[in-house]
Amino acid sequence: MSTQNPAKIVMRDVHKSFGPKVVLDGLDLEVGQGESVVVIGGSGTGKSVMLKCVLGLLHPEQGSIKVDGEEVVGMRGKERDRVLEKFGMLFQSAALFDSLKVWENVAFGLIQGRGMSRDDAKGVALTKMAQVGLGEDVGELSPAELSGGMQKRVGLARAIATEPEIIFFDEPTTGLDPIMGDVINDLIVDCVQELGASTLSITHDMASARKIADRIAMIYKGKIIWAGPTEEVDHSGNAHVDQFIFGRAEGPIQMEVLRP
Amino acid sequence: MVAVSTNFLAAIGRIFLAFMAATGRLSVFTATALSHCVTPPIFPRLLFRQMMSIGYYSLPVVGMTAVFTGMVLALQIYSGSSRFNAEGAVATIVVIGITRELGPVLTGLMVAGRVGAAMAAEIGTMRVTEQIDALTTLSTNPFKYLVVPRLIAGALMLPLLVLVADIIGVMGGYLVGTEKLGFNSASYIDNTFEFLEQIDVVSGLVKASAFGFIVSLMGCYPGYHSRGGAQGVGAATTNAVVSASILILAANYIITELFFDI
Ligand SMILES: Nc1ncnc2c1ncn2[C@@H]1O[C@H](COP(=O)(O)OP(=O)(O)O)[C@@H](O)[C@H]1O
Ligand SMILES: [Mg+2]
Repeated sequence: MSTQNPAKIVMRDVHKSFGPKVVLDGLDLEVGQGESVVVIGGSGTGKSVMLKCVLGLLHPEQGSIKVDGEEVVGMRGKERDRVLEKFGMLFQSAALFDSLKVWENVAFGLIQGRGMSRDDAKGVALTKMAQVGLGEDVGELSPAELSGGMQKRVGLARAIATEPEIIFFDEPTTGLDPIMGDVINDLIVDCVQELGASTLSITHDMASARKIADRIAMIYKGKIIWAGPTEEVDHSGNAHVDQFIFGRAEGPIQMEVLRP
Repeated sequence: MVAVSTNFLAAIGRIFLAFMAATGRLSVFTATALSHCVTPPIFPRLLFRQMMSIGYYSLPVVGMTAVFTGMVLALQIYSGSSRFNAEGAVATIVVIGITRELGPVLTGLMVAGRVGAAMAAEIGTMRVTEQIDALTTLSTNPFKYLVVPRLIAGALMLPLLVLVADIIGVMGGYLVGTEKLGFNSASYIDNTFEFLEQIDVVSGLVKASAFGFIVSLMGCYPGYHSRGGAQGVGAATTNAVVSASILILAANYIITELFFDI
């Protein structure tokens, strides 16, 4: 694996199960400083679980996860809070707080996490919203009044509002039309470049992966089975990767579908 | 025969273990929540919002419950006590019944239905839509942000609600006593206060505070641990109301015994 050093995140042999169901089964992955890594893989293969393990929302049974060289597995309390301040996350479902207005959502990390005053935070929030193409009027709406694409953009603005060093994007384009999907991809590329952040994204949308990735990794059965620079994904020599990027039903990846 | 009885024992054992595990989880949740209640930061804005939603907005339903309960209590006690010519006790028994038992218990049950269900639905939805995870990634402790304001508001507001319920309930009894049962207004009021002791009211308010805590706790706990989309949220809501109601009735007995060591 070619990784720019020093590595921002290093996952080694991470295992996570839910009861008898093994989701991560010895996963290894690195994200270098300023690098954009995209993990591709089918639904339910544990991509979101992987991100949640890094954030400490789920606790792996085994393995090591280092952020800036610091072991985060088993970290709790104030230590964990300090590490979490480095992160921004765009959730798969956007996960906007529906009891708050849009601008309050974007300003949330600044007000609650950084203790900024509401007025100052509102100013920053409106700047970030402008960056993702949302006007001031949208700020006063409630998240339920927004379309899916707008919600994703608010989620993106919220993720970058605290100017984090590391940003996770969980299926940023899933459920959007191709045009809005491409708008989101461009926004991600722009925002990340401006912040110089390291990013780890998840998608099963190859167009999105090609656009935002420096490096692509494929997850299958709880392991990373292939990783390499974006240009090499088309001739990876890996049958699983080929099947995935060309979207074929026939191949080594067998979907559990009963055929008559 | 032996196989049947071991299976039976195994089933009982499993149920017992599941019960102990559930109790353990709830205890850990409660202890964590309490530890966050006494450490900063506390969110005054959220606390105020919960106090309004638990206290102020429950006034109509609690008031209606209290007035009809006071009225029916006066009727029943009148007809019952007339069997041994003790009609004079109506006012006294109404006020003791309301302040000690019916005020706190009925208020607790009504608030469990109104507020506990709403808490479970709101927090459960936040769980299944990843909003609780989002709180954590935005450097905000979900216990402090969601659970603590509800627990404190519940324990503070229920006594106030019960005080209102006591007053309205006694007024309901007074209304029926003077308008329908022919009591003299002044003597009904005299009888109401003559034998009323401080402990009758105080024990009711202490119960109320405990019930408020229970309603909020059982509203937050199933919601916080709900999973599986809309169905999971629905189950959490049912659990919140049922478990809060049962715990209120059980706690009521225990607190009564502690206060009136008979
Ligand atoms: N909190 C949880 N409890 C139990 N099972 C879970 C939980 N979170 C995820 N899973 C299971 O783990 C598997 C992987 O989930 P996920 O990481 O969300 O998939 P995806 O790759 O589509 O993001 C799924 O089968 C899911 O059912
Ligand atoms: Mg996912």
